[in-house]
Amino acid sequence: MNLRKYLKVYKKFLHTSLASELEYKTNILVDLITAILSLVGSIFLLSIFFQNNGYIGGWKFEQALIIQAIYTILNGITNTWFNPNLTEIVKHIREGTLDFVILKPIDSQFFISLKKINPSGFLEIMLGFFLLLFCIKINQINLSLSFLSLSLITISCSICILYSLWFFISTTTIWFVKTWNAIEVLRSFLYIGRFPLNSFSLSLRVFFSIFIPIAFITTIPSEVFLGLSQLWEILLEVIVASVFFITSRKFWLFALKFYSSASS
Amino acid sequence: MVQNIIDVRNLSKSFDISSKEPGLKGTIKHFFKRQTKSLKVIKDINFEIKEGEIVGFLGANGAGKTTILKMLCGLIYPSEGSILVSGYLPFRRKENFLKNITLIMGQKQQLIWDLPPIESFYLNASIYDLDKFEAKKRIKKLSEMLEIDEELFIPVRKLSLGQRMKSELLAALIHEPNILFLDEPTLGLDINAQSNLRKFLQKYNKENNATICLTSHYMKDITSLCKRVICVHEGAISYDGKLDLLLKKLSPVKEILIICRSEEDAIKLGNSGFTVKNKIKNEITIKIENNSITSSLKTILNNFDIEDLFINEPPIDEVIGKVLIKKDYDI
Repeated sequence: MNLRKYLKVYKKFLHTSLASELEYKTNILVDLITAILSLVGSIFLLSIFFQNNGYIGGWKFEQALIIQAIYTILNGITNTWFNPNLTEIVKHIREGTLDFVILKPIDSQFFISLKKINPSGFLEIMLGFFLLLFCIKINQINLSLSFLSLSLITISCSICILYSLWFFISTTTIWFVKTWNAIEVLRSFLYIGRFPLNSFSLSLRVFFSIFIPIAFITTIPSEVFLGLSQLWEILLEVIVASVFFITSRKFWLFALKFYSSASS
Repeated sequence: MVQNIIDVRNLSKSFDISSKEPGLKGTIKHFFKRQTKSLKVIKDINFEIKEGEIVGFLGANGAGKTTILKMLCGLIYPSEGSILVSGYLPFRRKENFLKNITLIMGQKQQLIWDLPPIESFYLNASIYDLDKFEAKKRIKKLSEMLEIDEELFIPVRKLSLGQRMKSELLAALIHEPNILFLDEPTLGLDINAQSNLRKFLQKYNKENNATICLTSHYMKDITSLCKRVICVHEGAISYDGKLDLLLKKLSPVKEILIICRSEEDAIKLGNSGFTVKNKIKNEITIKIENNSITSSLKTILNNFDIEDLFINEPPIDEVIGKVLIKKDYDI
């Protein structure tokens, strides 16, 4: 893979998608307001849960706020990259414009996963980081190199799992043509990621760890911040993220063999 | 000797198609249990195309022309048989192969809708690994050939269909491919835009010795660009050869409208052994076989008092229309 070429193409992706989005100023403004209101609403909801009981699933409000911060960062990443690109896959396949993607001398997964960005998602990422910094302060977390590395690894793994799950579902469009509903179900599950995993019953915990690995997406990175994580958990998250990514990649290459393009 | 650039052997393609009975009952049945059947849309076809050739694929809707084109450019996998394009197996989509081909579809677009076409050109240039200087040079050259200038800086959504199609062509040709697959490139364009596009394709073919595979329902595209046509009927090739031979075969006679000086001359001409289509007063329309036109006209001019005459070619659409419904042509 020619890294220089891919960086050059990504620079062009950034430029063209920013230019496209900036054509519609009002839309960006509405998106920014939505992001702020959504965060305020989520914190308010969380505070209601903790109003009568100081602990939920062994987590204090200040600790649960870390999950909310990580969730906000991930949701920002989702809105910046995954939503504009991965939902387009369904459209590309339904309308047959995937033809133009797979006939370009560039990795098709790279192209359809990163071609667009939604700049309003950046605000959400920033809000998430500010909230995280606030949480570090109120939970009196010591910032050390190992802590920062582990945080970075676990958050990267979370992004990877989320991307792979979404990409996997979108890829099935090649056979099922319409998978909007499956993506909506995935998004609904992600909302659950705002709460500590321990606050759910055992059966749900198993479900959210094995079938839809929400636990890996928000809870484990949050545990790293609180110093509650175990090494095996982090290793497991790295393995799960790698397996998910490799599987989604292989599945995409396999699915392309069945792509029949839309009739003209 | 000119080499074959496309070589297709025993190529077949099948699709699984689901069918549904009408009505609510059929819908419910279809939801729970789909009836699918394998449909062979391309049936054991063979052909070669030489470098620099322009070949038109003719056939009715659903005959399989676009499916053939999509297999040639590597979009879909063949079910059986082999395809070699420029020495590559298209469906493997190797980088060097992809840099050598392009696909242009009249009904699909790759330009970024909200931005001027120039942005899409530079994006494609980076994908094809062209530096800024080279990209600029090629955009200038192609935009001059396509006669577009200001349009390059207007958002795509504000361009007319003709301007958009020209920009689509530029985006698809920025890497200067040698093999062009064109699927109804003039669809929806007005007569002038169609004519300009055809002129451009002729020029591109000449300057780059490019091979062009074209499908179109506009016969003018076929007649002005293609010397050779491949007719596809229900997934099989019904004719592969020169277009003028096909036209002669399909339309062996010409109609001649003759205006005589008097009605008596017209009656005499009608009784002299020619096949008469119709006669109104001193105007008579006769049918003459293509191979005897010169001698027949000589006889008529020598023996009858003729005021004027017109040779009518049968409408090309009508003639080609016969191809679309016939299974086989032996020429």
